[in-house]
Amino acid sequence: MARVLLFGPLRDLAGWRERELDPPPSSIAELRRALAAEDARLGEALAGPGVQVSIDQQIVRGDAALSARSEVAFLPPMSGG
Amino acid sequence: MIRLSTEPFEPGALLTRFAQGRSETGAVATFTGIARAEKGGTQILELEAYPGFTEAEIGKIADQARTRWALDDLLIVHRIGRIAPGEPIVFVATASGHRRAAFEACDFLMDYLKSRAPFWKKEHGPAGARWIEPRPEDYADAARWDAEQETP
Repeated sequence: MARVLLFGPLRDLAGWRERELDPPPSSIAELRRALAAEDARLGEALAGPGVQVSIDQQIVRGDAALSARSEVAFLPPMSGG
Repeated sequence: MIRLSTEPFEPGALLTRFAQGRSETGAVATFTGIARAEKGGTQILELEAYPGFTEAEIGKIADQARTRWALDDLLIVHRIGRIAPGEPIVFVATASGHRRAAFEACDFLMDYLKSRAPFWKKEHGPAGARWIEPRPEDYADAARWDAEQETP
């Protein structure tokens, strides 16, 4: 079961903050496709400028494989403190 | 030490504790940021963090400060959640043998916190709510330190 977290404006747009996916997607690309199929606007926003992705709290660039227990977060441009 | 706090904090108490028991430190500099009302435009500030990730990213900034200046210690306390105007939102304290390092490291940490720290900030006002990004000045303030580092 993979966990997906949304932050900032992405959370408002999607209407959720955290979800568990079972079965887990095998990669970030597959996760993006699954989320976009459900909510096209969210899919577009997740691909938007400045949105970073982390797996288990480490930033990744491009596609990456997910394990069954991965925690994926979509991080929109940060506001600073 | 780096701490995120969902509860209000008292800067004076943090300073008292931070400055205690230091016989060789010589200098403690602090900064306290306070949530602004923006003349009634902001009723509540909502600050979101990614627990664990946010502290780790701030920790990298703190490590840079420790590399650049001879610091005995540093403390960063940042509010998260809903913050009312007038409440302290961030507290930074640096301890060093001499004042210049303490001042500069404190200034550096704040510039990075304001422009690059992983927080998402929402302003709730009479006209509704909006997400905020750093101001151009915040980026420019942080860039000062990049430029300085490149200068031989």
